[in-house]
Amino acid sequence: MSAAIEVRGLVKTYGPLAAVDHIEFTVESGSVYAFLGPNGAGKTTTTEILEGLRRRTEGEVRVLGLDPWKQGYALHQRIGVIPQDFRFFEKITPKEGIEYYASLFGTHPDPQELLQRVDLGDKSNSRFDTLSGGQKQKLGLALALTNNPEVCFLDEPTTGLDPQARRSIWEVIRTLRREGRTVFLTTHYLEEAELLADQVGIIHHGKIIASGTPGEIIRAHGRAERLVFEAPAALGSYLRSNLGTAVEIHDGRVEVPLESNRDALRVLSAVESSGIAWQGFTTKRDTLEDVFVRMVGPMDEGALKSETPA
Amino acid sequence: MNPRRIFADLKVVVRSYLRNPVALFFSLIFPIILIALFGTIFSAGGSGAVPLAVENLDHNSPTSVAFLAALNNTSLVKVTLVNYPVASFSSQLGDNGYSVGLLIPAGFQANYTNRTPVDLTLFTNPENGAAAGQAEGAVSGIANGFNLRAVCGGGSCAPVIQVPPSKNIGSQVYTYIDYLIPGLIGFSILTSPMFSMVDIASSYRKEGIFRELSLTPLTKSEWLLSRISWYVVLTFITAAIMIGAGVGLFGAHVEITLGLVPYLIVGPFLFVALGMLAGTVARTPESAALIGNIITFPMMFLSGTFFAVSMFPSGLQVVAHVLPLYYVIDGMDQVMLFSNTTRALFDVGVVAILAVIVFALAVRFFQWRDVE
Repeated sequence: MSAAIEVRGLVKTYGPLAAVDHIEFTVESGSVYAFLGPNGAGKTTTTEILEGLRRRTEGEVRVLGLDPWKQGYALHQRIGVIPQDFRFFEKITPKEGIEYYASLFGTHPDPQELLQRVDLGDKSNSRFDTLSGGQKQKLGLALALTNNPEVCFLDEPTTGLDPQARRSIWEVIRTLRREGRTVFLTTHYLEEAELLADQVGIIHHGKIIASGTPGEIIRAHGRAERLVFEAPAALGSYLRSNLGTAVEIHDGRVEVPLESNRDALRVLSAVESSGIAWQGFTTKRDTLEDVFVRMVGPMDEGALKSETPA
Repeated sequence: MNPRRIFADLKVVVRSYLRNPVALFFSLIFPIILIALFGTIFSAGGSGAVPLAVENLDHNSPTSVAFLAALNNTSLVKVTLVNYPVASFSSQLGDNGYSVGLLIPAGFQANYTNRTPVDLTLFTNPENGAAAGQAEGAVSGIANGFNLRAVCGGGSCAPVIQVPPSKNIGSQVYTYIDYLIPGLIGFSILTSPMFSMVDIASSYRKEGIFRELSLTPLTKSEWLLSRISWYVVLTFITAAIMIGAGVGLFGAHVEITLGLVPYLIVGPFLFVALGMLAGTVARTPESAALIGNIITFPMMFLSGTFFAVSMFPSGLQVVAHVLPLYYVIDGMDQVMLFSNTTRALFDVGVVAILAVIVFALAVRFFQWRDVE
């Protein structure tokens, strides 16, 4: 598999401030790469450099083998970009917008089919200024596909969408991947990255602090699988002294890390022997969000969003 | 440069425009309102003093000065002293928008004192009968008064100052509305693209639309040419409406020839590019509007839009000659009123050269994407 995007030693400074500080990553062709980070971490700056919209200070960047800044015109024929907060000509309909982009690119997509693909088929003749925020975002996605792109840059494509619309966008992203296209996805929704991405990169203060598959990141930076009991702190103290493991005691919860599956039997046996009453137990494994929060630390409200799985 | 992309963008521009009622109003109805308003205000004859251009060849002799003071006191005419070449006095009156003019001959005072008959030559515009009648009445009345005051000799009181039947102004006669039409077409050529492009340049940047267009194969030149194409079309429509309204409502006399076409193309070309350049310099929509106004307003009033530049004080005439719109309006005046091809070609040449320079600067400095 060849690399669709290669970044080596990328730096972007604004005066004394390094918005992007010597980052490196590779995105394989045909894969979905999720680029995560809190607000101000350098996500958008990096993405815009890859899209050829912003000049880098130093480092090597290649997208489809092209330098995005110097060969932007050629690159833009082969990529699709949906920016955050997509804006368009207010009095133009989605169908006319697709026809406009198709004429500019010299392609011949079926506008109705493309709009249906992003769940916007019933709004094909509504003017842009009458569309909701989510519908505008979907039009941005449809327009980004007008030139049949090899690489799609999707900058928070599901922000502000209702759960159903979000899932329809996820389905489009899965389809893009199945069609062999590369997707570079920035998102605030961590389970979105976990569900869709083959590879994840987490950027913080301009540096990449974790990268790999979601599983690799969780294994490398997350905690081990745990048994979680709804029980008084006394149970935690008992297990701590009898098992010799790092038992965590929270408010009404006792968490016991497991080295292996057989550990679970030993823990349950010890719980039974304690004679202390308990209500129930579950097993818990760290999610990407747990890892993200632990690595990036507490953030401002709104910097990270999560959706409760349906 | 790809015509397909220019046409695709032009379609979007036209659709956006046609779906905007305010823009449509300003394009189609506003020109009629302008013509009707200014035509009504300035073309109404018979009320108030008629501007009378006077060439005094008697070198401000006391008698001629007293004669003109008496004329001014009638309130029927307002005397303005001019200094045109005598041979072309008649045509100069027409060129400078006067409906009536008076030539006081050399030796006027000497003849009056010696009671030798002397002719005053009055020039009038038959198209403006009210002004002509008013001026003829005033000049004849004052001449009669002077004749009565002349000392009669030998029992004979033959009139000394005579006012023969008036001569027509120029080879062709013009009324204010005739001048107003090229002026207001020029006004429209300036304001419509300037205000719109200044606003677009800053708002599209703020909303990220330029950023999105930069991700397509559309180039800056193509984008600008599509806008220019639209404003050229709009200018043709506006010019047709204004000429139609001027002729239909006020009986204007303007020549409609192919010579007008270059102005209706290079004019919008220049001001679309200038608007884009002004909007590019500005960082916010507010400062863009300010820059647009600073450029537009002096041109709007000092380029001969509402009044002939030759009627301005000499200082303002110098200012007018450095304003691009002056050459657009002057050129259209030459084509539509005076059939002066040489000057028309000079004017269109100036506008075309400026248009190319400003277009190149606009394309150079207008940024699709953020450099930093």
